[in-house]
Amino acid sequence: MITALNLLIGLTMGLNLLALGSSRVPSLIMAVSVQGMALGVMPFLVEPHLEWMVALVAVGTIAMKGFVIPALLRRAMRTANVDREVEPAIGFVPSLLLGAGGTIAAVALAHALPLLPEHSGSLLVPGAGASVLTGFVLLIGRSKAISQVCGYLILENGIYLFGLLLIRATPMLVEAGILLDITVGIFVIGIIVDRIQRAFDSLDTRKLTVLRE
Amino acid sequence: MKELLLIIVPLAGAALAAAWPSDRTRPWLLPGVGGVHVLLSFWLLFHPPAIAPGAWFGFDPLARAVLPAVSLLFLVCSAYSVPYLRLRAERSNRVFVASLLAVLGLLSAGHQARHLGFLWIATEAVTLACVPLLHFNGTARAFEATWKYLLVGGTGIALSLLGSFCLGYASLRGGGSGDLTFASLIGQGVGLSRPWTLAAWVLLLAGYGTKMGLAPMHTWKPDAYGEAPGIVGAMLAGGVTTVAFTAVLRVRAVVAAAGAGAIADRTLLAIGLFSMVVAAVFLLGTRDFKRMLAYSSVEHMGILAIGAALGPAGAFAALFHVWSNSLTKGSLFLSAGNVRRAAGARSADEVAGMMQVTPRSAALFVTGMFAVTACPPFGPFFSELRVVQAAFEAHRPGAAILFLGCLLFAFFGLTRLVFAIVDGRPRVASRAAGRRFPETLQVVIPPALLLLLSLWLGLATPAVLQNAWSGAVAQLFPSS
Repeated sequence: MITALNLLIGLTMGLNLLALGSSRVPSLIMAVSVQGMALGVMPFLVEPHLEWMVALVAVGTIAMKGFVIPALLRRAMRTANVDREVEPAIGFVPSLLLGAGGTIAAVALAHALPLLPEHSGSLLVPGAGASVLTGFVLLIGRSKAISQVCGYLILENGIYLFGLLLIRATPMLVEAGILLDITVGIFVIGIIVDRIQRAFDSLDTRKLTVLRE
Repeated sequence: MKELLLIIVPLAGAALAAAWPSDRTRPWLLPGVGGVHVLLSFWLLFHPPAIAPGAWFGFDPLARAVLPAVSLLFLVCSAYSVPYLRLRAERSNRVFVASLLAVLGLLSAGHQARHLGFLWIATEAVTLACVPLLHFNGTARAFEATWKYLLVGGTGIALSLLGSFCLGYASLRGGGSGDLTFASLIGQGVGLSRPWTLAAWVLLLAGYGTKMGLAPMHTWKPDAYGEAPGIVGAMLAGGVTTVAFTAVLRVRAVVAAAGAGAIADRTLLAIGLFSMVVAAVFLLGTRDFKRMLAYSSVEHMGILAIGAALGPAGAFAALFHVWSNSLTKGSLFLSAGNVRRAAGARSADEVAGMMQVTPRSAALFVTGMFAVTACPPFGPFFSELRVVQAAFEAHRPGAAILFLGCLLFAFFGLTRLVFAIVDGRPRVASRAAGRRFPETLQVVIPPALLLLLSLWLGLATPAVLQNAWSGAVAQLFPSS
């Protein structure tokens, strides 16, 4: 079980680097979507005795993170008619270096924090840390609104990974509520992206500079 | 069951508002629901209910000490919203009214949450429900502000989720069940794994601190408050920030039970003082009087954080300050909204002489400014005095002196801008806009009422409120 889980987390960390290195928005969205599906499978591996609520949340995650949200992003990209270059504020090579450094730091940090014996062999904590850092690099280092949303999604995927440590302890109602909140959040962000496109005729957040001191 | 009605009634009202057919009559739902909410919350203030030990929601002493203030602020703002939305008849108010009611319901849920997970869900939902309120004006600037609010606020709220998980893992690692109710976390006490508890504290303080608007996570605040309608600003500054503050207080109690209270207090004190310094510096520089209110809010969030860091006496002062800040800031936002509409602009470069265009609102604005800068005999003076006293009692004279210095500079900044706006000769554009939006009694009475409430809070703090604040302090500091 733990090897299969670690393999999937390794895939997630690889997808982080792919997201940092992609120069085109569709491949960025693809990375986020595959990552979402990988995350959705994980509860089945963590929790051997399958309860129906766990299964429901897992299936909901695959559907939302793997299909619905990426489809929304693709639609936003098409209707907004943005050109597909990512336009980095932090270049691709520096982003990749930051991402790789972040991954190493996350592994080191996970060694410093005390873990339960059953978690000591898993990559959940380093994977979570690496994804959160990748999310931050994308949020700060990309100027298109859609790329920033992808960064936000990867950040949340990292938190989801960490949440798997607690899957036995937290009531499923809480997990379901969190998933619902995040989904609604992405819908709302999608609507605002659409409005920004109409108001500014662009999704380049570098043009959002009217409000400042 | 009444405590759950505080959540259910506004949410049902929101659903009703979404289905209500008429734009003209829909705003009346706001004062209707607000009235019921005030009755319920004050009934509970006077008759506190028993709390089931493992309950996920409950009207506990902390909720009792804070939620009625939010309720009262909402009722007055909703009374203001009826004439306001009539002035804005050119656009549909369906989403606005429904979202505002949803915000009230979710705020009640957040204040009453006794489970870290539900607290997060409620706070995140409040953040999202505020989005349509922020861009109600529909301008490009409003969308820019909303985007910044979503991105900064969303990241903050994501960090607090990570922090909540860390606290859960601290419990698991310490041999507990990973139960995220505050009662069971506090019960585990020093059994919580220390490294994970500290990681959780940093993440939760950063996350909920973003929602409060503590510096340096305050960057969304000036944009959002500047672009949103006055009522929304009042609810954000007096309601949404309060729920984040109660979250910080609840988490601090867990961290203190785990034996890291001194570290928590030091970080709170540092971040609070830093917020006050940042706010004072920006207040001296800004030219826009709605952004000015945002920086003033950053300053007051700093005061709350400092109070929370100073032990039981400081926490009492902070809870007092929640009330005086909510009511006074509400009055300022509403009167600033009146001035802004009549002036047609918001910068001191374009606005002057509002004393002649909107005499009553301008007078309220000036009085509110004196109230919020802690001039006696309004509420903020007494609550801030208690914070200073608590700082000296806790042997932190340096913090007290820095605190007073920041208050002084904030006073300079606020008076400079407010008098630039009300004094002098009105601009031609303002005269025309002022005729379009005359100040009627309906938009003057609500801010005046809030100011009177703030005055009453300062002159004759009711015994029941003092009792509620002491009860909350006893909940937060069980040992003393």
